[in-house]
Amino acid sequence: MPKLTIDGQQVEVEPGLTVLQACQQLGIEIPHFCFHERLSIAGNCRMCLVEMERSPKPIASCAMPVAEGMVIRTNTPAVQKMRHGVMEFLLINHPLDCPICDQGGECDLQDQAMAYGFDRSRFQENKRAVAEKDFGPLIKTFMTRCIHCTRCIRFATEVAGVPELGATGRGENMEVGTYVEKALSSELSGNMIDLCPVGALTSAPYAFTARSWELGHTESVDVLDAVGSSIRVDSRGPEVMRVLPRLNEEVNEEWISDKTRFAYDGLKRRRLDRPYLRREGRLQPVSWAEAFTAIAERIKGTSGDRIAAIAGDLVDCEAMLALKELMTTLGSPHLDCRQDGARLDGARRAAYLFNTTIAGIEETDACLIIGSNPRVEAAVLNARILKRSRAGRFPVGVVGPECDLTYPHRNLGDDTSVLLDLASGTHEFSKVLDKAERPMLILGMAALVRPDGDILLGLARDIAEKYGMLDEAAGWNGFNVLHTAAARVGGMDLGFLPGDRGRDLHGILDGASGGDIEVVYLLGADEIDMSRLGSAFVIYQGHHGDAGARRADVVLPGAAYTEKNATYVNTEGRVQRGRLSVYPPGEAREDWKIPRALSEVLGMALPFNTLEELRARMLEVNPVFSEIDVVQPVPWGPFGRAGKPDGMPLTLPDTNFYMTDPICRASNTMARCSETFLNQDLKKTGTDA
Amino acid sequence: MSVQTMDAPESFQFTAENLEKARAIIGKYPKGCEASAVLPVLDLAQRQNGGWLPQAALEYTAELLDMPSIRVYEVATFYTMFNLKPIGKHHIQVCTNLPCWLRGSDVVVAACRKTLGIGLGETTEDGLFTLSEAECLGACVNAPMMQIDDDYYEDLDEASTESILLTLKAGQRPAPGPQNGRKGCEPLGGLTTLLTDGADDNRERDHGTGSDAE
Repeated sequence: MPKLTIDGQQVEVEPGLTVLQACQQLGIEIPHFCFHERLSIAGNCRMCLVEMERSPKPIASCAMPVAEGMVIRTNTPAVQKMRHGVMEFLLINHPLDCPICDQGGECDLQDQAMAYGFDRSRFQENKRAVAEKDFGPLIKTFMTRCIHCTRCIRFATEVAGVPELGATGRGENMEVGTYVEKALSSELSGNMIDLCPVGALTSAPYAFTARSWELGHTESVDVLDAVGSSIRVDSRGPEVMRVLPRLNEEVNEEWISDKTRFAYDGLKRRRLDRPYLRREGRLQPVSWAEAFTAIAERIKGTSGDRIAAIAGDLVDCEAMLALKELMTTLGSPHLDCRQDGARLDGARRAAYLFNTTIAGIEETDACLIIGSNPRVEAAVLNARILKRSRAGRFPVGVVGPECDLTYPHRNLGDDTSVLLDLASGTHEFSKVLDKAERPMLILGMAALVRPDGDILLGLARDIAEKYGMLDEAAGWNGFNVLHTAAARVGGMDLGFLPGDRGRDLHGILDGASGGDIEVVYLLGADEIDMSRLGSAFVIYQGHHGDAGARRADVVLPGAAYTEKNATYVNTEGRVQRGRLSVYPPGEAREDWKIPRALSEVLGMALPFNTLEELRARMLEVNPVFSEIDVVQPVPWGPFGRAGKPDGMPLTLPDTNFYMTDPICRASNTMARCSETFLNQDLKKTGTDA
Repeated sequence: MSVQTMDAPESFQFTAENLEKARAIIGKYPKGCEASAVLPVLDLAQRQNGGWLPQAALEYTAELLDMPSIRVYEVATFYTMFNLKPIGKHHIQVCTNLPCWLRGSDVVVAACRKTLGIGLGETTEDGLFTLSEAECLGACVNAPMMQIDDDYYEDLDEASTESILLTLKAGQRPAPGPQNGRKGCEPLGGLTTLLTDGADDNRERDHGTGSDAE
């Protein structure tokens, strides 16, 4: 490890680091704009200049690798003067519009100009002005403010995997843009707003709505996909103003998807803020007491065998447990948290987790994706695969329809017989998997929702075992199920599944349309086929007036993910806690309290009164809930069903990334996104044809 | 900064002959490094398309070299040798940097304006000439100079500039190089050094450097 001296202090750092990183390890701050540790090095802003002994000129510390015996000085008058000079150049063409700039208050340029800049300008000429670009409905541009650090360009190419941004022109005419005007077709584009060290790229939906210093911050987790990205919810009063990523190396690094970032306006629209009861065919506002009484009247005398519950995609673990306990008390075994009908095996935890972990993707050396488009289903996780792919020598095989995953991959066809060939080792991709030391596979929901989903699950297990994807000695498990719903793993862990002789989703729906099931409790379940509920009495508990509430006979208003302290388990099996940022609107309540209160009215009070007591019960049900934010190792074992697939081609659902759940469907921003990006696609096929 | 023009062709394709040339250029680089061929391939495309690159040609190049279009746009907009707007048959680039200016580039520009009836950045109505101002073209010893298409015309004055342009107008190709009778960048009045024997030479030089060292 090279030793170097920085400002008289000796430091030993890992080889390959840059001088700037070595300084940071010592706690010495080096001002910089273009350098970002997750992007390639550009070295073009020149703000990080420092003096190096025996170098006649100052060096850009972000681009200089550390070497043995280096002597660096960062606090000399010469360095100060250089910073003054560079800052003066940077500000030559930068408008002084901080008071009307959304970046004001959290702007690198503003902060560093204060700390390292110069209090006047000697520039008498006209500043240059640059035409605004149209980057789509998410990113607002003020290109005159751009200081050409090229972070956005590098992000688009390296992390998002859509090389659409570039710097055109030269010298004073250089401009960052797409050249041919178009919206950025990435699910991660919002991260450029965070990366931009000035106010050139700002959030369009957030524009001029708040100043950064007025906002309260709440650290929470995202529930709009199964990745469970760490987020910070910024709120002002009763309103969520924006959602930002929070650093979490294990999960999302520092990126979040556009859905996570921009769907928050859906939290303010189409909300269920009071109970409703269907009278004379119409939902009418009622009080909690009236709603509960109506339910109690309907349930009284109904045998538990004729009552069922389905949990949706955004539901927290506490609510599911409370409802499960209520159903058990009512004597109903008909529970299912798999509202998509996925044939997941609840008996073995390894069978429904992303066992490799998201960070583990970086250690793999071959990947097989079966029936999944991770770019749409888990955009941040897909960025991790791209990161691994960019590191080189990473063959990816895809079983399913061809889609643009942003990294090179080989499509093995959409015929499920490919899986049989792979399991028997006769497929040409077998050689690739054989050669790999730590191969992994990703099994998507599209494969599991099929009628033969459990056979495909078994085949995937066979493939994992055949190609050494399981190496307990090395702590490697390459078998992965990629979920699309934040609630799913939690539901599986809590056993929100059919009990003894219980019906699963299909059974419940068949029972409801056939009249065997009389009461269906929908806990935030909006994506099921409501027409199959027949004449059942439907109780809908949730936060948005979506498909479930439209069908319901009683609507019980719950809290959205920003409005409750709740537990979620992400696709890796990582137990995470979301925190209350704002209170639920109107008479809506935290979700676990609703089944609890209902149980009281039904005269069978559940044995917990506080969140702590409920969480203690959760630990009894499944000890995985004892540890927060960690992934516990899971034992391997047999699962899935042996057999032959039914021969239907493996298709992917036509998922609109921007419209997957009730919050997104209520969001104007998401609507604009799907308009922009879907229309763009339509146009493209129009001219291509 | 989109610079599409009304008369831009919708599609572009190399002729069979040029496609072969392009393949030969690409073949010079290792597999996987096809993008390295972007400059010569763009040049080839520009020559085929009458001296300028429509967007279709940039996209075609990107596809040919298997690189993102934006990377080709970046290259094409960076180099001033690539024209992104239609251009006259002959592209006249007059250097107006310091050495040329000191040696009278203003006169050359004025002569061009007068002869062609257009200003800098403009194209004659017959589409024969486009006049533009260029940064240093690296021929300062023969200043002032201008580049017409691929040729350098050097040591210009008003008369020689005019005659070059008129010759071109007449459909002929004027002789490139110095226009005042110099050969290359030799002195105009003939050689002045290495004409005497070695002894004299040495003495001359000693005088020049001073005798303090002795």
